[in-house]
Amino acid sequence: MNDAIWAGTISVAGHENAELEAYLARPLGEEPRGGVVVIHHMPGYDEASKEIVRKFAAHGYAAVCPNLYSREGAGVSPDDQAAAARAKGGVPDEQLVGDVAGAAAHLNGLDHANGKIGVIGFCSGGRQTFLAACSLQIDAAVDCYGAFVVNEPPAESGMKVTSLLSKAPGLSSPLLGLFGADDSFPGPEEVAVLAAELEKLGKDHEFHTYPDAGHAFFAVDRPSYRPAAAVDGWKKIFDFYGRHLSA
Amino acid sequence: MCTYLTQKIELDGAAKGATGWFTLSDGAVYVDHPYHATHEHTLNIDFTNPGEGPSARVAVELTEEAALALVEAIQKALAAAPPGLASGAHARAAS
Repeated sequence: MNDAIWAGTISVAGHENAELEAYLARPLGEEPRGGVVVIHHMPGYDEASKEIVRKFAAHGYAAVCPNLYSREGAGVSPDDQAAAARAKGGVPDEQLVGDVAGAAAHLNGLDHANGKIGVIGFCSGGRQTFLAACSLQIDAAVDCYGAFVVNEPPAESGMKVTSLLSKAPGLSSPLLGLFGADDSFPGPEEVAVLAAELEKLGKDHEFHTYPDAGHAFFAVDRPSYRPAAAVDGWKKIFDFYGRHLSA
Repeated sequence: MCTYLTQKIELDGAAKGATGWFTLSDGAVYVDHPYHATHEHTLNIDFTNPGEGPSARVAVELTEEAALALVEAIQKALAAAPPGLASGAHARAAS
């Protein structure tokens, strides 16, 4: 088996054809493969996000993480881009959907693409994953502790985001949700409301809430890392994509 | 947890960033995950001038204790100086 991968920075066309910086990783083998769009967390397009992209490639997928803060300027460091985007209340939902659509189209245009697209996001990217899966035709979505899918953000937050619950009827794919029991954004009650709504709508979903884990338990470079939850979470992600992204 | 809450303020002064000195116009203060500090959460301050682009930024990530000590030190320093000495209005009037 050829497990070699290629990884590096590329450009993709995002919402309204904006040129976005993006990080792509793909296997060098010639087997047909699904694509995964990775949506980075609120702190931005960082090393950890790129490592996640490479992890998907090492598991046989073509994966790309668009820099959602590319519009803050080329040549600007990702943390400065993230601070500028935060001061503006985050990225608009419509723009996010266009950016994910562009990233997915790029993956589907690569050699050996099998036409299947997964989306995964962490933190604010978890909410954006749900948004993308309710707005675009995709094949498998993974929401890792995304807040404000159900609840509105606090009025004083200055964030542009709103609840997405009314979009749930449009969910186009199975949804895997991975949450920490000790998280407050989203708290277990918010996760329960989402699960009940998806149940009511007959939408295919699988939620897991890990004990002794809070927000960002996948983040290996932060004290929030919880190995037991993260190891099991990755197993569930690859099992889920294995079922839904094969040709 | 991500708090998502951001206190925004107008600032008048200057800061030295990665590319040198720039005039400050804005600030953001929030408790959230840091970018660089190895703590789960920190009190983060961005000193910025959006008019000069996103790189016109000085970022600080402090523990709660350090942030409170900084607030106290700022108040002590201001209290020790004659009232209005560092006031923007005073500086403009004098110039």
